[in-house]
Amino acid sequence: MTVSDPTRLYTHARPAFWRDVRVLRVVAQIAFIAVVVIIAQAALANLQAGLARLGIAFGFDFLQQTAGFGIGEGPPFSATDSYADAFGVGFVNTLRVILIAIPLATLLGLSAGIARLSRNWLLSRIATVYVQTFRNIPLLLQLIFWYTAVILKLPSIDTPIVWLGPTYLTNRGIYLPGSLASPSLGAWLAVIGAGSILAVAVYMLRRRYQENTGRSGYAIIMGLLVFVVFALGGWLLNPTRPLIPDIPVRDGFNFKGGLSLTPEYAGLLIGLVMYTGAFIAEVVRAGIQAVSKGQTEAARALGLNDSQMLRLVVLPQALRVIIPPLTNQYLNLAKNSSLGVAIGYPELFSVGGTILNQSGHAIEMLALIMITYLAMSLLTSLITNIYNRRIQFVER
Amino acid sequence: MTSTPVLESVPPPRTEVGWLGWLRQNLFSSFANSLVTSVAGAFLIFLVAGLIDWIFSRAEWAVIANNLRTFMLGIYPISQTWRVWSVILAGSFLIGLGWGVWGRILRSVAVSMSAAALLLNIFPISPATRLYTLAAIGLIALGFVLTRNRERLKRVVIIAWFIFPIVAVLLLRGLGEDNAFLPLVKYDVWGGLLLTFMLAIGGIIGSFPLGVLLALGRRSRLPVVKALSIAYIELIRGVPLVTILFMAQVVLPLFLSTGTSLERSVRALIGIILFSAAYQAENVRGGLQSIPPGQIEAAQALGMNTFLTTVLIVLPQALRAVIPASVGQFISLFKDTSLVAIVGLTDLLGAARGVLAKPEFLAQQVEVFFFCAIIYWVFNYAMSYASKRLEAALGVGHR
Repeated sequence: MTVSDPTRLYTHARPAFWRDVRVLRVVAQIAFIAVVVIIAQAALANLQAGLARLGIAFGFDFLQQTAGFGIGEGPPFSATDSYADAFGVGFVNTLRVILIAIPLATLLGLSAGIARLSRNWLLSRIATVYVQTFRNIPLLLQLIFWYTAVILKLPSIDTPIVWLGPTYLTNRGIYLPGSLASPSLGAWLAVIGAGSILAVAVYMLRRRYQENTGRSGYAIIMGLLVFVVFALGGWLLNPTRPLIPDIPVRDGFNFKGGLSLTPEYAGLLIGLVMYTGAFIAEVVRAGIQAVSKGQTEAARALGLNDSQMLRLVVLPQALRVIIPPLTNQYLNLAKNSSLGVAIGYPELFSVGGTILNQSGHAIEMLALIMITYLAMSLLTSLITNIYNRRIQFVER
Repeated sequence: MTSTPVLESVPPPRTEVGWLGWLRQNLFSSFANSLVTSVAGAFLIFLVAGLIDWIFSRAEWAVIANNLRTFMLGIYPISQTWRVWSVILAGSFLIGLGWGVWGRILRSVAVSMSAAALLLNIFPISPATRLYTLAAIGLIALGFVLTRNRERLKRVVIIAWFIFPIVAVLLLRGLGEDNAFLPLVKYDVWGGLLLTFMLAIGGIIGSFPLGVLLALGRRSRLPVVKALSIAYIELIRGVPLVTILFMAQVVLPLFLSTGTSLERSVRALIGIILFSAAYQAENVRGGLQSIPPGQIEAAQALGMNTFLTTVLIVLPQALRAVIPASVGQFISLFKDTSLVAIVGLTDLLGAARGVLAKPEFLAQQVEVFFFCAIIYWVFNYAMSYASKRLEAALGVGHR
């Protein structure tokens, strides 16, 4: 009887190299890189030949040249400024739209999302119709519609539609009442700020007292009292208005004063808000429905009313589910703002496209535009990721 | 022992059941609720009345009727219209066949298509159009009758569905410059809804496999493949589609060797595919992550290699799970095709803008955009509806 050496069972000879997973992995990756490099090289060679044929030298020096075109809105810009300045103006214009559209769309989406789940049948139907209509029609179509079929069809500046405020709607733009800072705004802000900080501090102190002793600390009343005392004191010391109302007034062929929105800006803003609002409504609805039914039943059993239940029980939990897709919607909104080019709003892509056409530096300009959007996207997701992590942490 | 008298059962109060009860419960359950109902009702009546008044008395629909061909086909040669109709007829027949085999999933699609074709006949249309639309209805019915309750035909129908796009492209584009039967109609001549469909369907067919590959690449254990996949996906997802379309129009030709030139529509299609694939990849990744590791371990225990595990075990389960997300992606792709109007192509929206640029139609924006919006809306809504049906049929989320 031959007894095989028991240790042989445990000594593995390495398999042949063409069957060794470790070797194969490296080989596969090298092959993959080789394919990518070969394709890239061929494309680059073509590119160089193409650029040489067109007589364009690759580089970013052209950005210092004079732009030679005007930009209708945004920070002051004249045709003698450089391409780089023009690009900066486009960037600011993009931010102007995004930063106003995001809060408005959130508000609209939140309302519509909650309305869709309302126990009022009619309200929930209306919200559903809104969401289904605006989600299923291309944004570009909506933007062109708002711009050419609504805003440009408003009455001329001689016979504007007047809303409360007074707000004037004309085909030359929308004029809203605004406000100007008075000389005492700084002092006013300081007093109100100090009052708020102190009020919150008092509130927290009284709150802790209440938690420690079980006796009512009248936290809210005390906090409010401190705030009111401060506000009144400030008023007695300096009884002037912090803000001066700035009402648009007809002046020749235009309105002067107040806030004015150009038709392009208004069209882009309305379109983006209505479209993104519909998507946010769906996100909010899904988030609320993700909160288990037991939670709402428990809230009812505790005697909370509808708004308390929503505010104290449902929304804080739904927020965890809502934040990630909501971030996506914000990112979409930022990227969709590039469609302003179709209605002549001078945003990043529109200005970039003009520079591209004028200078012929297509690759450099497209790279610049893409990098700018990419940076905005990455920054937004970074910020919301941090926020997201915080609320997730608190919830556990 | 006293016996309690049996109470006669009393019907519930009239205000709690029936339509009165429903009204009370859903619209007027409290003061606040009644207020909301009144305000919303007033708003709704105002809106609907305005819309109806506009549609039937103030709107001038002549702009649609006179330019219907431009909206549908762009400048596709009039003498070749029969080719488009044959594709529609073949598609109707296939839908009929699918309805017979799969039943409920396609029933609503088939029925609403027939209804739309019937509806079209109310309007004064040319006798040829009348004939074609009625033939389409007939073919849907014929297909249904042929395959109803014949399970084993399923495979044949699936194959037919896969061959259909190829046949359709051959029919519509033609066989060659001087082919007598099917002369060449270049993609750049396709326009209107036809171009929208070409871009959307081509985009869906092209982006899905690429998206699956990218998703697998992102989950790969090979660091190089993984890094490149992530870089591609994040880069594309971080920039707007317009920049990609511009890239495809302006920069792509520079990268190709001098001899080759691509038609503008094809360049736009490539841009759409490259863009959509990145989003599709993220959807598929979600599906891949939903596969429990036990499945893969079991496959390995059975001696399957990575390729077999992926193809036979992982993908069939993962792809089923990503149907809802994918259809959502298809819907946004369909809407996104409208962006090619910005780079100067005449898809449905581009054709609409072209029509509106004519001096005699300058004032008809609302009618034209309303018409386009309805077309986009109907197809998107149909897609989301069909997806819900498909989800239910495949039992996603009910396992």
